[in-house]
Amino acid sequence: MIEALLGGLVGVVAALLLVLVRRRRAVTPSKRRILFPYVGTQLSPAALDAALRNARVEHATLVPAYLAPVPLTLPLDAPIPGQCTRAFELQEAIERRAAAAGVAVDERIGPGRTVRHALRQLLEQERYDRIVVAAATAHSDGLSAADVAWLLEHAPGEVVVLRPANDAALAPV
Amino acid sequence: MTGHHKVFLGMAAGVGKTFRMLAEGRGERDAGRDVVIGYLEPHGRAETEAQAAGLEQIPPRTVRHRDVAVRELDLPAVLVRAPAVCLIDELAHTNAPGLEHGKRYEDVADVLAAGIDVFSTVNVQHLESLNDQVAELTGVRVRETFPDRVLAGADEVVLVDLTPAALIERLRAGKVYAAERVPAALNGFFRVENLEALREIALRQVAEDVEARRQRELPSRRLDRAVGERLLALVSPHPEAQRIVRRAWRSAQRLGAELDVLIVLGPSPSAAEREQVGAFRRLGALLGAHVLVEQGEDVVAVAARVARERRSTYVLMGAPAPRRGLRRLGEPLTDRLLRALPGVDVRIVADRSGCER
Repeated sequence: MIEALLGGLVGVVAALLLVLVRRRRAVTPSKRRILFPYVGTQLSPAALDAALRNARVEHATLVPAYLAPVPLTLPLDAPIPGQCTRAFELQEAIERRAAAAGVAVDERIGPGRTVRHALRQLLEQERYDRIVVAAATAHSDGLSAADVAWLLEHAPGEVVVLRPANDAALAPV
Repeated sequence: MTGHHKVFLGMAAGVGKTFRMLAEGRGERDAGRDVVIGYLEPHGRAETEAQAAGLEQIPPRTVRHRDVAVRELDLPAVLVRAPAVCLIDELAHTNAPGLEHGKRYEDVADVLAAGIDVFSTVNVQHLESLNDQVAELTGVRVRETFPDRVLAGADEVVLVDLTPAALIERLRAGKVYAAERVPAALNGFFRVENLEALREIALRQVAEDVEARRQRELPSRRLDRAVGERLLALVSPHPEAQRIVRRAWRSAQRLGAELDVLIVLGPSPSAAEREQVGAFRRLGALLGAHVLVEQGEDVVAVAARVARERRSTYVLMGAPAPRRGLRRLGEPLTDRLLRALPGVDVRIVADRSGCER
């Protein structure tokens, strides 16, 4: 009888612990925000993982921002369905990876005439504590050396530049 | 009715924009239209002057600025003359102080508003958004810029292209600038690497223009096929709700339907919620969706009212949060919504972010 009661008690305690652990693991948005602008259709998983690690360590929300070029013939706030389709595929892949890492994400699409123009607008619109960017490699798109230099010169706050390994691109959904 | 604006875009001076504009102007005149030159900057180029010969030209007005006589477009004279087509060179030009407008593209807007077709010319480096990039590429900061919306609003953009080698050849032959300016130009702006970069920018912009026009035509064709569908995405002002917008937009694309995104805010939204609303508005603009922000305590009542007003046929929403405490006794949100909107499909969008492939 006592053994059965003890067994039941242990079961209840284990269940409570499990609930608490799951709640702790639940991804909750944080006030700290790490802006992660990226370009192109290929995003380096290594760069993304580094940004996610950064966000996890700082208990920050990662704000991945797809920089979308807008043709000159369109107003900057015009619909760009083609770009959005590509951005969404990457955003969903990013969200899966972020969920596995336990990091909250808040996705953005940053339109602009050029990468730099999009960056400039993004910096004006978004609230962030740090910027993490991936530099371009032979195997994945990233910010060009000139754009990184521009960012270092003009972005207020800390900028972390990642030089990802030559890994395969992040597979879109 | 406003006039038709055709812009001849080039990578640099000397590629032949003005020549091409004049040639097309002559073609219009030969076809029987009333064509005049509103303003021409011949730069002493014999080929350009020959092409302009025979076309009526409205004399430029001379304005004194800092003791220098400056030639400017005579806007009032163009409007009084009211031709069918007016050729106006150098769209990005800054007017001398005291004229009707500060910039020539503003003069052009007046001419277009008067129902006159305009052919104009401009170099790609004058575009406002490319100013930084061009300055870094070429080391030359272009002072005369014009807003991108002017080019975006043009009815036609024609790229006047020339290889860098051919342009340098023209420069050396004295067809672009007078002989004394050639060495400085060759050592400065007109270096092969500069011209290659500018050419790439110009080609890319015009290629994107073609694609953008094609894309703009697609939605109207899709709408013809499926009239009547209208989707309403019901979202909360939180980042996780973006997946609902994505799924709703994809469904709307497939159906050729309009998409409304409804955000229902409580009586006193937090700063973070207001920030998210701003992000949803920007996203909505890029998607071509209508973002509606309403305030109300009862989400279902607001959503039902909006769905009726917008004649929505589908409502997409995320899985409602688990009900706790006394709320468990009430009717689930989805059931209430289904009851409030008979005849409207309600779809719950799954969260796939945690699913590994």
